[in-house]
Amino acid sequence: MDRLKLSFFRSSRSKLSGDFIFEAVVGLFALGILILAFLLFRELFIESGLSRKTFGLSFLFTSTWDPVNEIFGALPFIFGTLVSSFLALLIAVPFSLGIAIYLSELAPEKLRTPLSFIIELLAAIPSVIIGLWGIFILAPFIRDYLAPPLSTYLGFLPLFQGPMYGLSMLTGGVILAIMVIPITSSVSREVIMTVPTHQREAALALGATGWETTRIAVLPYSRSGIFGAVILGFGRAIGETMAVTMVIGNSPRISESLFSPSYTMASVIANEFVEATSKLYVSSLIEIGFLLLVISVIINVAARILVWKLLKVEGGKVA
Amino acid sequence: MQNKITIKNLNAWFGAKQVLHDIDIGIEKNGITAIIGPSGCGKSTFIRCLNRMHEVVPYAKASGKVLVDDRDIYDSDIDPVEIRRRIGMVFQKPNPFPTMSIRDNVVAGLKLGGLKDKKILDTMTEESLKKAALWDEVKNDLNKSGVSLSGGQQQRLCIARALAVEPEVILFDEPCSALDPISTSKIEDLMLELKEKYTIVIVTHNMQQAARVSDHTAFFLYGKLIEFGETDQIFKKPKEKSTEDYIIGRFG
Repeated sequence: MDRLKLSFFRSSRSKLSGDFIFEAVVGLFALGILILAFLLFRELFIESGLSRKTFGLSFLFTSTWDPVNEIFGALPFIFGTLVSSFLALLIAVPFSLGIAIYLSELAPEKLRTPLSFIIELLAAIPSVIIGLWGIFILAPFIRDYLAPPLSTYLGFLPLFQGPMYGLSMLTGGVILAIMVIPITSSVSREVIMTVPTHQREAALALGATGWETTRIAVLPYSRSGIFGAVILGFGRAIGETMAVTMVIGNSPRISESLFSPSYTMASVIANEFVEATSKLYVSSLIEIGFLLLVISVIINVAARILVWKLLKVEGGKVA
Repeated sequence: MQNKITIKNLNAWFGAKQVLHDIDIGIEKNGITAIIGPSGCGKSTFIRCLNRMHEVVPYAKASGKVLVDDRDIYDSDIDPVEIRRRIGMVFQKPNPFPTMSIRDNVVAGLKLGGLKDKKILDTMTEESLKKAALWDEVKNDLNKSGVSLSGGQQQRLCIARALAVEPEVILFDEPCSALDPISTSKIEDLMLELKEKYTIVIVTHNMQQAARVSDHTAFFLYGKLIEFGETDQIFKKPKEKSTEDYIIGRFG
């Protein structure tokens, strides 16, 4: 038994055996990732020191981004990141749920595997390609066909006012939604497939139709897992850089209108890091990176915990 | 004796595999009919054909006639959803809806039917739980989750849920196989009370249970109906050799 126990620091009688070397090597690889993540975190924290010292907490609440006069505030970027991600979820969640329900409950058996595979493949499209498509196809389409009816019929809302040039918060949100759908729908599908048959049969035997079975048996049983899938999608949207940088307009301002351009945390780092000349400028960008890392870690950890909790559920008992 | 259900020439398949062969049987109204037989003999499939639950499994199909009050439930113009409301089912494993309270579990079927009146729903909750002999144990905890109950209580909750939609027939698919002896005897007593009003079909692995509760017994083997008759006769003077072998425990 003792030999089977995989423990890195165990006291083994044969310290130089092949097993020990194997354990040490793969153990180091695993440890390496942890060390790397820790160093990354530490580096961002240290390098953002100057910015944190200069601006303090007001960095989070200042909306000026003025490299010439060296006044930096992250608010427009935090706003841009959160709003574009929420917008993406708003669009992506209904689609993803529909896809997941169709694939797990309704699609003919023969279609399920190939369709799920294709949807997961969408997640593998490089984001710069999606970004190019966004610039040349999606942005003009939204400008010419989506924005006019929105401003005509919903123009009384501040959300849909002002001129629309194609590159906007709305376009960024739609691009992000397209990138979120594959992950949210495939995780939701997996979660829905964990719903035991006896739950579906309980509803069917009461005289529930297909939709009613989904509504009273399947969705309630899998709701926390689906929530986890949505948060995973949110995590993806928050960190996404390339595609959204290409279509969101890159203008650091806070506007109520989805038609005006915006800027995200990831985009500003990607765009301005090369030209950041002063120490404070660099440090401020790094602090934005630090904030982005903290937000995504929190969101991803929360989502993982939720999904695990659901997958551990056994015997019809939901914790 | 009057038959509630008459099964004629029933065949069932999973994909290419035939699991039921030409079953002909009559289910007596206000009686308890037990289906016994070794594992894999098709008894669960048989009972699931009676409320069209068999066909919800992918690649499963059935042919033949199942006449409920002289109406074939496999007629093309019959809606299986309607049939499942009239013919309730209790499963092997207690399966209350885990996210619903005890009350909501009981009235889940009624709500599907569009009933919203809270007074009626409350009355039906109480009535159904009383019929299922669970009321006294849960009347103060109606808002608790259905899965907070013990296994035997959960199974009676599922019976209450099936009773609430006021079916004519209740199918029990090995309802006690996951339960301890005390819960089992409670459910057997309950079935004996319920047969006053309902027609009951029970699949069971437990021969003593079939002998204790049923009026008629059918013995299935390899997807075929071997013998069907009064329970006393089946257990005391079986006509077929294989029935006798199974009952005295020579196989299965």
